Amino acid sequence: MIDRRSRSAGTPGVSLALTGSGGTGVMTAGNILLEAAAQAGWYGLMVRSSGPQIRGGEAAALMRFSADPIECLDDRFDALIGLDWQNIHRFADEIPLDTSSIVVGDPDQGNTPEIFAKLGPIQAGVPFKQMAKAIPGSWPNMIVLGVAAAFVGLPAEAVKSVVRKSHRGEALAASLAAVDAGLAAARALPGMRRVPPPGRGEAPRWLISGNEAAAYGALRGGVRFVAAYPITPATEMLEWLAPALSELGGALVQAEDELASINMIIGASFGGVPALTATSGPGLALMTEALGLAVAAEVPIVVVDVMRGGPSTGIPAKSEQGDINIAVSGLHGDAPRVVVAPNSVADCLTATQWAVHLAETMQVPAIVLSDQFLGQARAVVDRPADVSFNTERKTAPARADAYKRYAITESGISPMAIPGTPGVPYTAEGLVHNERGVPSSQSRDHALQLDKRERKLRLHDYGERWAEVEGEGDIAVVTFGSCTGPVREALARAEEDGVRARMVSMRLLSPVQPERLARALEGVKRVLVVEQNHSGQFHRYLRADYELPAFVRSLRRPGPLPIRPDEIYREVIEWSRA
Amino acid sequence: MEPRMITTVASAPVTAQAFKSDTKPIWCPGCGDYSVLSSISKALAMLGLRPENVAVVSGIGCSSRIPAYTTCYGLHGVHGRALAAATGLKTARPDLTVLVAGGDGDGYSIGGNHFLHACRRNVDLTYVVMDNHVYGMTKGQPSPTTEPDWDSKLSPGGTGLRTFHPLVIALAAGANFIARAFSGDPNGTAEILADAIRTPGFSFVEVLSPCVTFRPEQREWKKQVRPAPVATTDDPARAARRIITDDGFNIGVLYKGNRKPYQASVGRATKPLTDLESDFAI
Repeated sequence: MIDRRSRSAGTPGVSLALTGSGGTGVMTAGNILLEAAAQAGWYGLMVRSSGPQIRGGEAAALMRFSADPIECLDDRFDALIGLDWQNIHRFADEIPLDTSSIVVGDPDQGNTPEIFAKLGPIQAGVPFKQMAKAIPGSWPNMIVLGVAAAFVGLPAEAVKSVVRKSHRGEALAASLAAVDAGLAAARALPGMRRVPPPGRGEAPRWLISGNEAAAYGALRGGVRFVAAYPITPATEMLEWLAPALSELGGALVQAEDELASINMIIGASFGGVPALTATSGPGLALMTEALGLAVAAEVPIVVVDVMRGGPSTGIPAKSEQGDINIAVSGLHGDAPRVVVAPNSVADCLTATQWAVHLAETMQVPAIVLSDQFLGQARAVVDRPADVSFNTERKTAPARADAYKRYAITESGISPMAIPGTPGVPYTAEGLVHNERGVPSSQSRDHALQLDKRERKLRLHDYGERWAEVEGEGDIAVVTFGSCTGPVREALARAEEDGVRARMVSMRLLSPVQPERLARALEGVKRVLVVEQNHSGQFHRYLRADYELPAFVRSLRRPGPLPIRPDEIYREVIEWSRA
Repeated sequence: MEPRMITTVASAPVTAQAFKSDTKPIWCPGCGDYSVLSSISKALAMLGLRPENVAVVSGIGCSSRIPAYTTCYGLHGVHGRALAAATGLKTARPDLTVLVAGGDGDGYSIGGNHFLHACRRNVDLTYVVMDNHVYGMTKGQPSPTTEPDWDSKLSPGGTGLRTFHPLVIALAAGANFIARAFSGDPNGTAEILADAIRTPGFSFVEVLSPCVTFRPEQREWKKQVRPAPVATTDDPARAARRIITDDGFNIGVLYKGNRKPYQASVGRATKPLTDLESDFAI
């Protein structure tokens, strides 16, 4: 057994789970903790996990803090603080503990649940509810907050300054007293590792969710029209965009269904306004027919798919990378489209902005393949760099001579007339058409237009952004999306153990980039493909369209359990010794 | 979305003929849709509009081919979703005149949900349904407005289903302008369409447009239609009674309400994009 915790370097911070039944405010405590950590100069990550209930029921804030940027949860939790234990079994397997973990519960709420106790953690008690009762006007979650802050090693002042922002008057005094009581109670508990104090005066930071980042990226890309239908786990993106768009002179329309939302954005984009919708797998499935229209009529649109467990209704609030097939291939006919997968919370911003750029430049639909983990995780990140892509849709000038909307050009891109422009009206057409857009069922017109639409995607220069390629070695891990964080962390650990491996995290899934991947894999003899789904959709996608070395292994698991760094690390270490 | 600068060129008014393109329609000889195309062209000319400032959005079906037969901007999209596409277009580009055109299958069957919500939303669109009570493009299947006993290969002996009443549904769902027209009276239809386009909000014009190929008995419609015997009302209760009790052949504007059209706040930005970063900045 490899005990990575015995290693001296690369400490991956402190991991903490806060749980409690709905209404007890553990999520509030988690959010305050995260913001306090950010104020104090730490990096942090918070993933919300809950059962299927709408309100109430048990929920957990799965948190990690470090002096270094964090992109994934750790293999295990150092501490589990439970305000109570109702229904905790529903997601207990998402909170791995071991003998050096500590479980802090309220003795009045009963013993540590067997599902945790059997793992042999250190157990401790803090009477959260009793302590809160002793401070009139306070709530047990503020006691939990104090205990948690002490565990992480956060300065009391950082926590209190955040509490001050959200409480007033007597409630504030009571909350501050409760935080103090929690901090004091924690002193009597068995110790645990704390985050090394971070340096100060770094670059500006944001506390942001992947959904917010994607939304802001869309606006940076120029999107000013959004139509969408509410769906977990994409809704927060829309809720953030609604007021933002009206401040920017744009609009968001809540559509009657996903069929409407995608057709609305096609209408808006036909009108010259960059447009986007956000959804999850079930919505993307409904949108596929109209995605084909956007391909055929060459109307640029962006569809963000925040993937969740599937098929069918699946597991709405939990992550899975199961939509590769539908995103890359899920349309009837030959329908080239762009698929971009962000690989971190912060990358949701730039990847979405890039998707808008690609869609607008090539007059094509672009799908952003995010997932619930990235979308709903809140993370402290360095402010993403301002990137400008010089996005410009190629439009037709007024009264252009003998204008042909679908002209066969060398680049495959034809100038698009925007309504209002005189002399160049045309009909955007979903039927097979000729260069003028007039419906045609002739083989020649069909072939020419298919070629053109394939060509414009093939000839575009995607640059270095198609993937993150890191490290050296003759083993490579090829992955995408939210598996990137765990892979990166696993390979950093392997390197500390003297095993060097390469990571290729693909951001551009469509159009396929076989030559680029071949270059990235030069000298590589073995490839480990890492993804979070049951059937190995990414593995099969690679097998279908890319040349891979002779030895390829697939490491995969369906959601909602994330693939943890340790599993990847073990696979790489084991293979390196084989 | 910055307001668009449209360079207007001082020029002669556009004639009805100039709104018709040189693309030859796929319609059968005698199809009512030819007249509807003429009526749309006449209405646009009457209103003094220019082709580049008008968009015609459609779905799939015989009548949905109409955008390309005009010289306006056109969007010939997927089956049943024309109202959604038009909603996006008009919301993003309120400066345009947006017409939506299609048939009874496209609008009331596959697009039924969008019909309800377009009426509710009351975006400033004019929706022209060329209703011939049949799926023509797929060669003769019953649509929601087909009589229950109409015999066809797909539904031998008839569907047995109650017919859909689009005008009643439109009124109940909140459409602001409801009219019935007849393709055999192109001038009257043009007047109704011009009124519909002029009236703010969602205007619904049901045009009885015979399918002489699959429903030859509809040639008799010209004997059955008559001007609605009463004047237009703005009282939904009165309109409901009239619409629900008439025999489907009263022609005219049957309801004109005063609902405020849906209008998103598109236009100028009130703050720079980077101000939004304060939501995240620590």
